[in-house]
Amino acid sequence: MSCREITKLVTLGQLPAVEVVSSVLERISQVEGMVHAFISIVKGEALKRAKEVDKKVKEGKEVGKLAGVPVAIKDNICTSGIRTTCGSHILENYIPPYNATAIDRLLREDAIIIGKTNMDEFAMGSTTENSYFGPTRNPWDLNKVPGGSSGGSAASVSAGEAVLALGSDTGGSVRCPASFCSVVGLKPTYGLVSRYGLISYANSLEQIGPIAKDVYDCALLLSVINGYDPKDSTSIREERTEYISSLEQTAEGMKIGVFQEFFGKGVDVNVSDIVHKSLKRLESIGTSLVDVSLSKLSYSLPAYYIIAMSEASSNLARYDGVRYGFHSEKEAENWKTYYSDTRQKGFGAEVRRRIILGTYALSAGYFNEYYVKALQLRTLIKREFEKAFEMCDVIVSPTMPVLPFDIGEKIDDPISLYLCDIHTVPANLTGMPSISIPCGFSNGLPVGLQFTAPLFREDLILKLGQAFEDSCEISNPSSNL
Amino acid sequence: MGKNERHVSLKDVEHIALLAHINLSEEEKNSFTKQLNQILDYFGKIDEVDTKDVQPTFNVFEVSNVFREDTPKPSLKSKLALSNAPEKEKGYFKTKRII
Repeated sequence: MSCREITKLVTLGQLPAVEVVSSVLERISQVEGMVHAFISIVKGEALKRAKEVDKKVKEGKEVGKLAGVPVAIKDNICTSGIRTTCGSHILENYIPPYNATAIDRLLREDAIIIGKTNMDEFAMGSTTENSYFGPTRNPWDLNKVPGGSSGGSAASVSAGEAVLALGSDTGGSVRCPASFCSVVGLKPTYGLVSRYGLISYANSLEQIGPIAKDVYDCALLLSVINGYDPKDSTSIREERTEYISSLEQTAEGMKIGVFQEFFGKGVDVNVSDIVHKSLKRLESIGTSLVDVSLSKLSYSLPAYYIIAMSEASSNLARYDGVRYGFHSEKEAENWKTYYSDTRQKGFGAEVRRRIILGTYALSAGYFNEYYVKALQLRTLIKREFEKAFEMCDVIVSPTMPVLPFDIGEKIDDPISLYLCDIHTVPANLTGMPSISIPCGFSNGLPVGLQFTAPLFREDLILKLGQAFEDSCEISNPSSNL
Repeated sequence: MGKNERHVSLKDVEHIALLAHINLSEEEKNSFTKQLNQILDYFGKIDEVDTKDVQPTFNVFEVSNVFREDTPKPSLKSKLALSNAPEKEKGYFKTKRII
């Protein structure tokens, strides 16, 4: 059942929220052993909240826009009183004393938190294999990765273990798993959704984003979590467009930018076949395709990784084992040995690799050569996108250049994994909104189509997404799980 | 700058790990040195673009120094703030000797 159907029935008193939550918990007990989408499941708390919602309905009180809807939350978003691990040993037992703003906004609308989802440690990865708690499996093929880093969030929605989910997207971490698990995932314009309570990895790039089964539910979740927040200094005050009403607008006459760079080497032929068919379908719904050029695109990947790792090395310096989190039990003669030992044992290999690379890029003698240079490239890439948007409304590409691959296949080769992010990182460098929408299957594995729009134009990618979804013969296919 | 000049040695990796306050095992020092060189080789691609006189983008909206009114607001109670601390004493976090 979709989110809007649930809310409607719960609000009318025709379906108790307790029943909705119980059926999702039942589904979790059936498939979670195979999928492993969650790090924590909050069964008791969820049922208690559901009862409160039902009580409100019975008493004739007004209920929120997400009344009774079970939502899964990525485990790097702080939930008061609910363990928040970031997929890391170092935060294994961390219980936040406050809620992220996005969580407060969900609860205000009577959504029900069902659990905290698995992720690559500190959101560093594209497969969810870097989790201290073990990998999540793709509901479409349990031998494949679900994508990452919000792999647990996307898998939980795909497998019916949650109706909606929140993820976070630093370089594609919402869109990649949405693509691999055949669900809809959106990265909002930078500053649209408050980052207060989102555990920082690369703060100038990341945003909390909605994950849902279809475009409407995705727009609904976005309409709840976005908004100016004085607690986040990068939160923007600009007036937001209407996300739900934009879905009813026609996509006819829209100009869709296509650039050959996106279909260059590195894109699996199985993926490009389906994407080309999707382009035909876009034309059949009355949009026109326009060639645009983005010659600097290939530099966005190294620029992204240099910026992300540099910011990470600074953001993760706070994990010292003193105020919270895992700490080394080893007898240490001084602070420095204690701190360094705690961080060796508390962080996994990829996190340490990125902190060390980021420290290197920011160190004396390399600062200008790597960090500043990457930020200058960011300016050039941003300018190129702005120029491209003079020719078109939305830019289209595959979300991921490859099909979901085997668990364990790429994990020992960091570069080959980094290359998978080529299509998603530009939206983070430029701050632009971007969505991944299911567009078909190849060999039984999902393929996602990505739409990117100028800053604040979520309405464009949502209405195009809705029109595209409507044109699909089978919407919301379900995995065999 | 050529590839050779970018090469990081095992000694470099030890030095950076020290700056980052992360211990590495001998085995990790070797594997990290190899992987870091591969990644830095790849990062070297950015040298192909001339970025002379281009302003760096630190933040897409170029915001800086966002201030609020200097009025007190409720904050986290000390007991709650200390609730995750492995060691505490008399309302303070406790840690190893620093000096």
